Amino acid sequence: MPTPRDITSIIVENREVNPKIFLLSLNTSDLDIWSEAEPGQFAMLKIADMSCDDPLLRRPLSIHNVRDGKIQFLYKVLGRGTLLLSQAKPGTALRILAPLGNGFSISNSKTHCLVGGGMGIAPLLYFARKMKEQQPSNTIKVLLGARTKNELIAVQDFTEPGLYDVKIATDDGSEGHHGLVTDLLDGINASPGDMTVYCCGPHPMMKAVSNICRKKEWKCQISLEALMACGMGACLGCAVPKKGIGIQEYLHVCSDGPVFKAEEIW
Amino acid sequence: MTGPDLKIKIGGWTLKNPIMTASGTFGYGEEFTPYLNLEDLGAVVVKGISLEPRSGNPPPRIVETPCGMLNAIGLENVGLEKFISTKMQIFRKYNTDFVVNILGDSVEEYSTLAARLNDTDIAAIEVNISCPNVKKGGVAFGVDPQMAYEVTQAVRRRTDKPLIIKLSPNVTDITVMAKAAEDGGADAVSLINTLLGMAIDPATRKPKLANIVGGLSGPAIKPVALRMVWQASKRVRIPVIGIGGIRTTEDVIEFMLAGASAVQIGTANLIDPGVSGNIVKGLLGYLKQHKISSVRELIGGLKTP
Repeated sequence: MPTPRDITSIIVENREVNPKIFLLSLNTSDLDIWSEAEPGQFAMLKIADMSCDDPLLRRPLSIHNVRDGKIQFLYKVLGRGTLLLSQAKPGTALRILAPLGNGFSISNSKTHCLVGGGMGIAPLLYFARKMKEQQPSNTIKVLLGARTKNELIAVQDFTEPGLYDVKIATDDGSEGHHGLVTDLLDGINASPGDMTVYCCGPHPMMKAVSNICRKKEWKCQISLEALMACGMGACLGCAVPKKGIGIQEYLHVCSDGPVFKAEEIW
Repeated sequence: MTGPDLKIKIGGWTLKNPIMTASGTFGYGEEFTPYLNLEDLGAVVVKGISLEPRSGNPPPRIVETPCGMLNAIGLENVGLEKFISTKMQIFRKYNTDFVVNILGDSVEEYSTLAARLNDTDIAAIEVNISCPNVKKGGVAFGVDPQMAYEVTQAVRRRTDKPLIIKLSPNVTDITVMAKAAEDGGADAVSLINTLLGMAIDPATRKPKLANIVGGLSGPAIKPVALRMVWQASKRVRIPVIGIGGIRTTEDVIEFMLAGASAVQIGTANLIDPGVSGNIVKGLLGYLKQHKISSVRELIGGLKTP
């Protein structure tokens, strides 16, 4: 894993791809960091310049893609910080601490299934691409879910012919399977040990995915999100309860994750 | 020609410069080595250690507030013995002064921690007396001057390391607490720890922290910290270490003019992990620019009408 660095990058594009969802592209002269970054790792972005006290903290965003000398993040406007970020114009410099945390690890299963719900698609694109590069013969299934067709994000990036076996689910049936993305997962037949599931999305969805995987004896990796101040294991703010009996212990999303084995949490 | 003198003294301990890191914001130091050279700092204060391991509070533990943040980490730490056997090994790799922050539920616990650490090669001990509860009657050490005096005295008896008492701002009169620490035998007081606060989500009607209340830090608290440092430094003869919302060289100069002999950088480390090293460079630049031969000339240099 590359040593993280605190670098400055310039916004090339900051485009609203869906209502309230933005694709941020940054030019970077520090491409070595990004080319070594593992899929599933994240960055801490200072929205405005470093002297800005409000908002004070950086924002954690997972790496969405690295291509053509650009690094991309996908984010949703949720609060004041992401609202300010969405208003930043091309040419603006951002300070970025990256790459941070532990990403997905490619298992030795024959089949790999990436499951993304809503914004959970963000770290999966880069992962799918890297996996295809490293193990071209692997079967990569991609299951993407959203409430409705208009909320599906970046689907076109996955649908280059022949790369991945993509299936879509929407809650209202406006695209693909009418129902939950977990229905699609449950419908897959694969022997225990032959399949690994990699998942990112809303908490209830990830929990449902991990339950299916436990039942079917598939390995499962989940990417968690948490409020965090530092992103590097110093503040211990991003605690997540660890599965176990006795005294409750905690793991930390930034330094132990953000990608965990599902059985560490549930 | 030699450059400006950045050295300061706390008791018999000489620091290469007045810039320290604040406990709980700098891990065990090593996490920050990609961003700065630990050896540039006056001292590294590592996160608080208790006798037994503590797993901390449930999440959410932090929330951002205007110009600051609230935290309720719950003093998560590995416990004294594991700290000594693992984390302290890190210190030996660096030629810098490490300070260990200790916390306990009783006078006896603080004494045991101090006695055990006295046998190690750390530079100093900082005593956190801002814990919410204690064994006897549930009175907080940090808000009762008699208890603050007793814990300081008990720790003093068990260690000849430089002893810093870290004070809570959640008191009526900070000078009384600073004096109690001085009378108990402290070599310095550090202030302020976080201000007790809370945040509520109006949509859910729930507190934003699982612990309901938490400690406020960041630039938002700097004016309060500056005022308390100024008041405390007029009351005690021992050095005062200023803490609270510092993130620039100018902030450091303000605290030193108010009476601080040294400072600790806290929340700023979480946002800008290289900031403490940059502030050391900035301070040196300031002294050169203003032709000040020693940083000690700044201490208490406030011009009042």
